[in-house]
Amino acid sequence: MNRTILSLLAITTLSWLGGCSNLGQVNAWDKGNLAKPMMTFEGDPLDQRFVQHIYASKENSSGGYGVGGGGCGCN
Amino acid sequence: MKKIYARTATLALATLLGLPALAIETGQAAPDFDLAGRLAAVKLSDYKGKTVYLDFWASWCGPCKQSFPWMNDMQTRYGAKGLRVVGINVDQKTDDAKAFLTDTPARFDVAFDQAGKTPRSYAIKGMPTSVLIGPDGKVLMVHSGFKDEHRADLERQIKQAMNLKD
Repeated sequence: MNRTILSLLAITTLSWLGGCSNLGQVNAWDKGNLAKPMMTFEGDPLDQRFVQHIYASKENSSGGYGVGGGGCGCN
Repeated sequence: MKKIYARTATLALATLLGLPALAIETGQAAPDFDLAGRLAAVKLSDYKGKTVYLDFWASWCGPCKQSFPWMNDMQTRYGAKGLRVVGINVDQKTDDAKAFLTDTPARFDVAFDQAGKTPRSYAIKGMPTSVLIGPDGKVLMVHSGFKDEHRADLERQIKQAMNLKD
């Protein structure tokens, strides 16, 4: 009896945790503030491109810098 | 005991339902909307019988700016044959959108959705996203992003939707 309740509780808690998987996701249409130039790490677009090129060529990684590709949000 | 099972099942179901809506797919009926436009209200149901190129855009979105001249062009070329380009703006401040429209004129219908209800009902994944809707109100195509190399293919799909030959 006790065990069943415990397992049920565990399942419930786990399913609740599933709800946390979506925290921190910004909807594509809500990225207005993220797209502002002040939200980038670098000072100007050229500098930003330069740094991104280094990441892409040396570290084989790209994307995740604010709103991708100048505001398209698709990366 | 039975009660506990029932409750757990309800909770599990509630969790599942809480997950984000799935993106709209081709063949589905396009969700209707009723939004404020530049002059009058813009409703999807008013376009019944027309092929609708629905475009979600924002003033802060670079590719959206590039897509505007092309959408103007599509509206001019295929408008008489039954195409309606409808741009849904998702800016939280409509003033931003209006400033954008002064710089980048839109010769097609524009609607404003500050609350983001329409992009949510279409569950769009990126900006811009365009949805091609047939005269029967069914979704024919969903396209995310806008690049120069997409133009030809998008135009082909628009023509195909209206049964136009090259």
